[in-house]
Amino acid sequence: MPLPVRTGGTRRRFLLALSALAASPLLRAAELLRFDGLYKSNTVLGLQFAERTLALKGETVRLRGYMAPPLKPESNFFVLTREPVAICPFCSSDAEWPVDIVVIYASKTVIPTSFSERIEVEGKLEVGSYTDPVTGFVSQLRIRDAVFHRIT
Amino acid sequence: MRPTLIAAAVLALSVSLPAAAQTIYPLNRAEILAGSRFDLKVEFPGLVDAAKVRLTLNGKDYTSVLGQRAEMIPDETGKGESNLILRDVSLNKAGQYVVEATDGSNTQKVTWNVYATPAKARAKNVILFIGDGFSIGHRTAARILSKGIEDGKYKSKLAMDDMDAMALLTTQGTDSIITDSANAASAYTTGHKTCVNALGVYCSRAKGSLEHPKVETLTEIAKRQGLAVGVVTNSEIEDATPASMVAHTRKRSDYNDIVKMFHDSRIDVMMGGGSPNFLPKSTPGSKRSDEDNYIEKFQSSGYAFATTKAEMNAAASNAKTTRLLGLYNTGNIDGALDLKFLKKGSVSKFPEQPDVVEEMNAAIKILSRNKKGFVLMVESSRIDKYSHSMDAERAIYDTIMLDNAVRAAKDWSKANGNDTLIMVTADHSHGVNVVGTVDDEQPGDEMRNKIGLYEAAGFPNYPAPDADGYPDKVDVSKRLRLVFANTPDFYETYRPYMDGENVPAVKNADGAIVANEKYKSVPGAIFVTGNLPNKGSRAANQGVHTGDDVILTATGPGADKVRGQMENSDLFRVIADALALGKPAAAKK
Repeated sequence: MPLPVRTGGTRRRFLLALSALAASPLLRAAELLRFDGLYKSNTVLGLQFAERTLALKGETVRLRGYMAPPLKPESNFFVLTREPVAICPFCSSDAEWPVDIVVIYASKTVIPTSFSERIEVEGKLEVGSYTDPVTGFVSQLRIRDAVFHRIT
Repeated sequence: MRPTLIAAAVLALSVSLPAAAQTIYPLNRAEILAGSRFDLKVEFPGLVDAAKVRLTLNGKDYTSVLGQRAEMIPDETGKGESNLILRDVSLNKAGQYVVEATDGSNTQKVTWNVYATPAKARAKNVILFIGDGFSIGHRTAARILSKGIEDGKYKSKLAMDDMDAMALLTTQGTDSIITDSANAASAYTTGHKTCVNALGVYCSRAKGSLEHPKVETLTEIAKRQGLAVGVVTNSEIEDATPASMVAHTRKRSDYNDIVKMFHDSRIDVMMGGGSPNFLPKSTPGSKRSDEDNYIEKFQSSGYAFATTKAEMNAAASNAKTTRLLGLYNTGNIDGALDLKFLKKGSVSKFPEQPDVVEEMNAAIKILSRNKKGFVLMVESSRIDKYSHSMDAERAIYDTIMLDNAVRAAKDWSKANGNDTLIMVTADHSHGVNVVGTVDDEQPGDEMRNKIGLYEAAGFPNYPAPDADGYPDKVDVSKRLRLVFANTPDFYETYRPYMDGENVPAVKNADGAIVANEKYKSVPGAIFVTGNLPNKGSRAANQGVHTGDDVILTATGPGADKVRGQMENSDLFRVIADALALGKPAAAKK
């Protein structure tokens, strides 16, 4: 809908511009997703994305979880898990990833935090199967151009 | 003294061999079942002239003995090393075979013992129980909780104690005194020793994990004789112990390949967790890297498919079911304490999981439809997993579950001809010990000073066990104190983990393993400095396997071969003898 710009002073135009900005996704706080809500169902035959997850495809979202020990150093890639992962699953043959992990592609090289501290990640949600070209890691959900911080 | 001189001469000979003599697989002193198939590989220390290479068995050229020509792999490693390989050979005639390989200048020889088995089977069926990581401490703890003590004696016996024969099994492998579940189980299912992480192969210098020299699995051999074969577990079905029934890989983590090997093996019954490696990559939750749908593949190969206990029982009750794939969890099936009492772990997500006893009963129902008999591996896998996570109560409850399965199998055998060889063992040990009790009623706040030792330990006050041998409460005021000898840094709480499995230690940002702060605030918890590596590639964030021997008990036809101290690989021969598996291999696949 075109903005109802009428002739008037600059002040009015400035206010209109402000309200337009406020309505844009850039200024709105990104939606906080929960690991519990990412999938509608989790069965032996696979996961089903929740409607909200599908609806937020391509949008900026936030998600809280734990950084798993990175698969390789000097990378912008890491795995976010619901609970702390005690082990690097690629380093120990006994370990396996939980099924509901989310892969994070950070906007710059990741400096690992403590793996037992909860972090919040914010970035663009990507939905659907994808194989990381470097590690071969297959993921169903990713957050790209991500930034993250520790939750205190 | 002559024997000493001979020993010294042998020693001198072995140390004077060139450091880089060729390696021959199967290794020296291999015990090979007559008629079983294996790959013969010779690795030369450098590039060799194929024209000068000679390979003989008992002095005869290999082609006349093995009936096929070797393939030379000129430079497998890229380091300038030649190899010779023969795939799928077999030796039908029992006896000693001296295998000699020369490249014209270096010669190496190994001796194999090829053994036959009686012509007629003594047992119709074999059920092999493996308590993963199941050690003497677990056994004693399970006996205390599920049987109880009166007047200084146990009120009754564990089913797995009440057996005809017993032996100590040694568990070391070709690379180490400490084994993992892969090479340990592989020794049981192939009769050959191998190295950590390997299944159904010798650990050669091949690069690809699937290219190492193979030895045949119990499934392949028994299926060829017309027996039905099954494996049930509460781990992921791709995990090392169940995988040992079918797999040939240097790397137990090759889950996707292992699913294919299960399918190719035509094993009749397989049940456990680990469904994601059966789902095509595009299905959310899949862990495959391709679009193969193994659930569909199994179904189109004639398998019934179950995802819940009810579906499993329905399939087993249908007289037409002869093949079943059961997958009841995306990860491991929950252990007995969570499944039956605490409802933690993934029980809320997967409320319809069967336990190991129920899986086994269904498997026997299906496999026993084969008139020629069956071989079944039954694994209680989480004794090990909960010992890694230092969760004593969960490990003990899964030991009781193992015993319940043994009792059910013995009862079934008794009612069905008494011609089933039943064996119960572990694949390796953990450092677990019963040291006494913890009594909350003792004065003071320091939990450590509430530990009762010697006569102060007395007896724990768990409620009387239910019909399945489980006390329905673990957080009693006077508890068993089962400790773990080898640990990372952790917080000792002296209590059962009522909210879910223990996670003793985690990695910090510097990559060091540190105690999990989650337990710091538990009343009375104390920090315990670990005694395992905490930095670098050897760092351990949990309890680890130990090299102590494990116990094997056996009953039924063929159990008399179980005695004294045995190599773990000897267990395979007990099965082969009981089922008379040493028959010449028919035409090759």
